Amino acid sequence: MPQTLEACAPPLHPMAPRMTPVTRFIRESQDVFTFDLAPEGATPFAPGQFNMLYAFGVGEIPISISGDSQAPERLTHTIRAVGPVSAALGKLQTGDRVGLRGPFGVGWPVEAAKGFDVLLIAGGIGLAPLRPVIYWLLRHRAAYGRVGVLYGARTPDDLIFRSELEEWRRTPDFQLRVAVERAGPEWTGDVGYVTPLLSKLRFDPADTVSMICGPEVMIRATALTLEDAGVADSRIFVSMERNMKCAIGHCGHCQFGPLFICKDGPVHSYDHVRNLLAYREL
Amino acid sequence: MADQIDGAMATLTVEGLEKLLQAIQARGYRAVGPTLENQAIVYDDVESINDLPRGWTDEQDGGRYRLLRRGDDALFGYSVGPQSWKKYLHAPKLRLWTAERHGDDISVAPEPPTGDRLAFIGVRACEMRAIEIQDRVLLGDLYADPHYQALRARALIVAVNCGQAGGVCFCASMQAGPRVTEGFDLALTELLDGGEHVFLVEAGSDEGRALLALTPHRAASDDEIRAAAAVIERTASSMGREMRSDDLNELLTNNLEHPRWDEVATRCLTCANCTLVCPTCFCTSVEDVSDLAGERAERWRRWDSCFTMDFSYIHGGSVRASAKSRYRQWMTHKLATWIDQFGSSGCVGCGRCITWCPVGIDITEEVRAIRGCDASAEEPR
Amino acid sequence: MKDIADLLRHHPFAEGLDEDTLSLIAGCAKNVVLQQGDYLFREGAAADSFYLVRHGAVALETFVPARGPFTFLTVKTGEIVGADWLIPPYRSSFDARAVELTRAIAFDGKCLRGKCEADPRVGYEMMKRFIPPLVKRLQSARMQALGMYDAANA
Repeated sequence: MPQTLEACAPPLHPMAPRMTPVTRFIRESQDVFTFDLAPEGATPFAPGQFNMLYAFGVGEIPISISGDSQAPERLTHTIRAVGPVSAALGKLQTGDRVGLRGPFGVGWPVEAAKGFDVLLIAGGIGLAPLRPVIYWLLRHRAAYGRVGVLYGARTPDDLIFRSELEEWRRTPDFQLRVAVERAGPEWTGDVGYVTPLLSKLRFDPADTVSMICGPEVMIRATALTLEDAGVADSRIFVSMERNMKCAIGHCGHCQFGPLFICKDGPVHSYDHVRNLLAYREL
Repeated sequence: MADQIDGAMATLTVEGLEKLLQAIQARGYRAVGPTLENQAIVYDDVESINDLPRGWTDEQDGGRYRLLRRGDDALFGYSVGPQSWKKYLHAPKLRLWTAERHGDDISVAPEPPTGDRLAFIGVRACEMRAIEIQDRVLLGDLYADPHYQALRARALIVAVNCGQAGGVCFCASMQAGPRVTEGFDLALTELLDGGEHVFLVEAGSDEGRALLALTPHRAASDDEIRAAAAVIERTASSMGREMRSDDLNELLTNNLEHPRWDEVATRCLTCANCTLVCPTCFCTSVEDVSDLAGERAERWRRWDSCFTMDFSYIHGGSVRASAKSRYRQWMTHKLATWIDQFGSSGCVGCGRCITWCPVGIDITEEVRAIRGCDASAEEPR
Repeated sequence: MKDIADLLRHHPFAEGLDEDTLSLIAGCAKNVVLQQGDYLFREGAAADSFYLVRHGAVALETFVPARGPFTFLTVKTGEIVGADWLIPPYRSSFDARAVELTRAIAFDGKCLRGKCEADPRVGYEMMKRFIPPLVKRLQSARMQALGMYDAANA
């Protein structure tokens, strides 16, 4: 037998979920909700990593962790109800059990970004995987230069983390711009697409690390805008979404060219994916 | 690894091979190997060498497979059939775990890996390479598949150096055969031409040597060793297909918008046959099921294929909606990005995808078409 | 009290504009202050003006019966409001409302069109300043039209 076979010492059953109680459930908007899971023992995770969440008898989906990586005794997930599994998760109540596997994947480069200006650009539910970065930046504020967050959403009603958005808006040395695509007259904030707001943020492009999470169309447009502004493509990080069934690199579903989004990502530096993003249906 | 068959060789008669099979079974292995079923050579349990397709061969071409009678009693005188050993090591359908509700709580019981000790009889060089490739996929990174791992760690491999190349074979192009060079416990070369029907045997592991010691054999003669080398040489020089393979990663990566993908998409039925017969294709999906009372649930894993629409489904639709993109995914993964991911090509040159394609799409021909008009050579992207 | 040319000089619109051209177009401009809720122009009305926002924010909105007004773009300090004055029949295609106290430079469209016609060099300088924001807004409108946040999940 080849020796390499003996050398692996992984968790015995990487596909078996831990049934974990829901300890808090919050409705963020009409179709988005947040819940906390309290697994036995702390489950350390890095901002940008994801878990596989299983709704009993229904199925399992990948969900980024939206909570504080410095309080890993609680695993927070923010989910948009779009399919059968997310809809089932949306019907949970405190005390119900959710199957948990994870955390998986490569997260945001929060350590490598120390000393840089940091720009976070989120579209829709894409703010959820970036919230751990915001928590991190706020806790280690002195280690970073200027910090800016752009957040785009459909309408004011679709905004998530509203009370925190207000808190961050009032935070000194923290630039936050929120743009919605359409709004009624009660909305006094920005209306329009999110990337043009980049010009409203103060940052030094030569010394900026940027992290983008949102729909792929937005990632492409935003990364190009950042490049045009002078941010190096190796300092632009994007979170990619593909179908995932196993999260451990075995099922093959999440391939994107040579990459497995589940283990090489979901966060990739833009210089590694820009050529791949240019091809349709890759 | 020896390129020439060297001195530590034994010779088995046909009766000796039967004794070897008995020794394997006596050591607790479940022997599986080629058998005749439904007019094809498929892998199944073998009790004795009489279960092997003695005196049969096959004729293979794009979209074509049929069995023919040989003029001799060869036991391994055919090339690979539709199945590969992955049906044992990486089961087509497998329950991963069972969950049960107890009041508020839910318990999850992982499916224990089977304790089976499988002996694979008649593993060809391309298949040995395929197993090593799946090893890297399913065991080689952070997570190991416990089911694969348990079966693989206990499996005995009795390999066979091919005595003839099939019509769609191109293992020589992929440097994957026809000689088995590593990973085996025992490797046989069937000798039919010297008057006596014998098998030259090479032991590749302690387990192989132990089994050989339990089997009546004699030291191989120089003539037999030379004859075996000649058999393999003849096979290597009579491959039914060939494909230049040293530059495939660059060639395909630089030609992702080549017009040939549109052309092949007009023929490809996206039936997924190629992925099912491929000995390295590893993709799976999972299905979650529950009973009507909602008290018990299970997760099953089954083979999946990048040719299905569901494979790339994300909310809103499938990433690869066109046949073109799905064929391109399969072929570029197999021949190009696999190298980035796992350090080797995902193709072993067995030719199954050619034979079992209902419309006879030939991967070697597709590569030739792209190479013949390399878009990147004229118009860099 | 600063004169209108001075105010114009400090707006990004005038960046790189030579003094002659600046004073020429300043002849078509006046300083305006809009209270919160004031409309700069209304949909369907004659598009005789455009505005350079000096300080403040303007919502571009349209009214949907039974749903009320909704805003599709906000224009802020340093940006331009109004493009319909450029093309016949010079009619506003949406409402523009100040969402806060807004100071702006208002241009008489007819006056400026006349000066552009008279001196193509001035016309070209104006085009170079109008086309980029219009193209950018077109790009943004395309992204918004995709409704892509609808498809996003995490």
